[in-house]
Amino acid sequence: MIEPQTKTALSSAFPSITWSEFRADARAVVPCDEIYAVLRFLRDDLGFDLLVDMTCVDYLSYRGAEDRFGLVYLLCATESNERITVRTFVNEPLLSVPSVVPLWAGANWMEREVWDMFGIRFEGHPDLRRILMPDEFTAFPLRKDYPLQGRGERHNFSVLYRAES
Amino acid sequence: MPLVAARTVEDLAKAEARDYLWTLNFGPQHPATHTTLRIVLLLDGERVVDAIPDIGYLHSGFEKIGEHLNYNQYVTVTDRMNYISPLANNIAWHGAVEKLLGLEITPRCKYLRTILAELSRISDHLLCNGAVGLDTGAFTYFLYAFYQREVLYDIFETLCGARFTNSYTRVGGVMYDTTPLVLEKIRTFVRNFPKTLDDMDRLLNRNRIFVDRTRNVGVLSKADAINSSATGPIARASGVTRDLRKDEPYLAYQDFDFQVCCATAGDCFARYLVRMAEMRESLKIVEQALENLPAGPVDVDIDERTALPTKREVYSTIEGTISHFELVMANRGFPVPNEEVYGAIESPNGELGFYLVGDGTDVAYRARCRPPSFIHFALFPKLIRGHTLSDVVAVLGSLNIIAAELDR
Repeated sequence: MIEPQTKTALSSAFPSITWSEFRADARAVVPCDEIYAVLRFLRDDLGFDLLVDMTCVDYLSYRGAEDRFGLVYLLCATESNERITVRTFVNEPLLSVPSVVPLWAGANWMEREVWDMFGIRFEGHPDLRRILMPDEFTAFPLRKDYPLQGRGERHNFSVLYRAES
Repeated sequence: MPLVAARTVEDLAKAEARDYLWTLNFGPQHPATHTTLRIVLLLDGERVVDAIPDIGYLHSGFEKIGEHLNYNQYVTVTDRMNYISPLANNIAWHGAVEKLLGLEITPRCKYLRTILAELSRISDHLLCNGAVGLDTGAFTYFLYAFYQREVLYDIFETLCGARFTNSYTRVGGVMYDTTPLVLEKIRTFVRNFPKTLDDMDRLLNRNRIFVDRTRNVGVLSKADAINSSATGPIARASGVTRDLRKDEPYLAYQDFDFQVCCATAGDCFARYLVRMAEMRESLKIVEQALENLPAGPVDVDIDERTALPTKREVYSTIEGTISHFELVMANRGFPVPNEEVYGAIESPNGELGFYLVGDGTDVAYRARCRPPSFIHFALFPKLIRGHTLSDVVAVLGSLNIIAAELDR
């Protein structure tokens, strides 16, 4: 749900935004180089102060998709009770977007999870380490080219026995 | 796992200057972590200088599995996310799926799901508050809470045969309709539970030890709560008046009279009080929903081709046979739009949402879960800095971290 004037304000500030709507959810697609500016504008000027979630979708085998990765920012305005979905697309080899941790402290772990699972770098993130997978893991498991059963990491996991320790 | 967040030269110099600090490993297997999570604590005597959470011990790739199981099968996985209130996860999952499909469930199903969501909220809050009591030394209180959880488990068992992993919802409906016995048990629970709540209030609300250990511990300001994406009782204890049940009424919540419980202190004690108050509000909702539970079918109509028809329909009507055949065939199922949708509910722990990408088949292309525990655990270092080691369990308990949901 989003007020029309919010939509107009955002569109006039950033003419490159394309809008779509599905089941009454307003969704904006933003070019990758404007994403930080758009999100800052949404937070500072339009009152979207809550970053509900931030995630990523790998469109490798999606029918009709042109871009590889789609980043999704779900925002909410706690005062006016509006919601907006902001999406942007990134492609290989340049898998990096500006981090939104300066805007929302809550984005810290969400971005770490996206880095861990999809391998997208967030420029300016204070602490971009793997979060769910072990540090020595090299692949990005939620990418579509990563098999469900893994690539044998589980069987080749280095085990430290008591006698060797 | 490196112990410091970022290993720069400056960090090393800082660490050398503070080499009197103790490093304490808290978890991954410690009774007070409740499940497997690990925190590396830097201590100056008993005071916590810094806490570095290390999660992922229970990571089992739920989101990857979600891309390989169909919309009905995946409900069994959502049970294992927040296993303290599995029904709330079931309802969140199928709420999002039905939003993607554009399916309007029947009034009876809405009411039924509302009742179950509220019962699981009570069950979750009982565990959370009971565990806070236990961790801060109030063992009796914990037993009061767990006795009532047992009653709730009994209700869930009568309802769907499973106590713990209910998997009760289906696309467009639920597994079975309720029986009068279940409703009678819920009525008895609604009648008896306020007395226990009063007892629990009397046990802890003015208990000197408990209040001293939780008041002004782990204070979260309103601005920080919003900025860190906190939701649910944790945000409401800091003065954020956001509750999806009121703000974006889903299921049947717009029909009921209830209040959103808030506090302003933002400490562990406020979170405890908010949860206690929410249980009373949940009881009010359950009571009203039971009074007005609509009659009629619990699954959507057979023409929608999403919910499995009853056995009676399968064996006696041609539509039932065709519908059943189409739904259970491996390459049929129901059509799903090529769209993306985010559906959320107010789960006991905060906003629990699923971001679904449909690709035409009955398996999600992407099934992202927005887990409240994950978001709230990120707050932990900020809340614990400057407090003592004994406060770690109080703060951890009041955040209600469920590691299975944290790591998925």
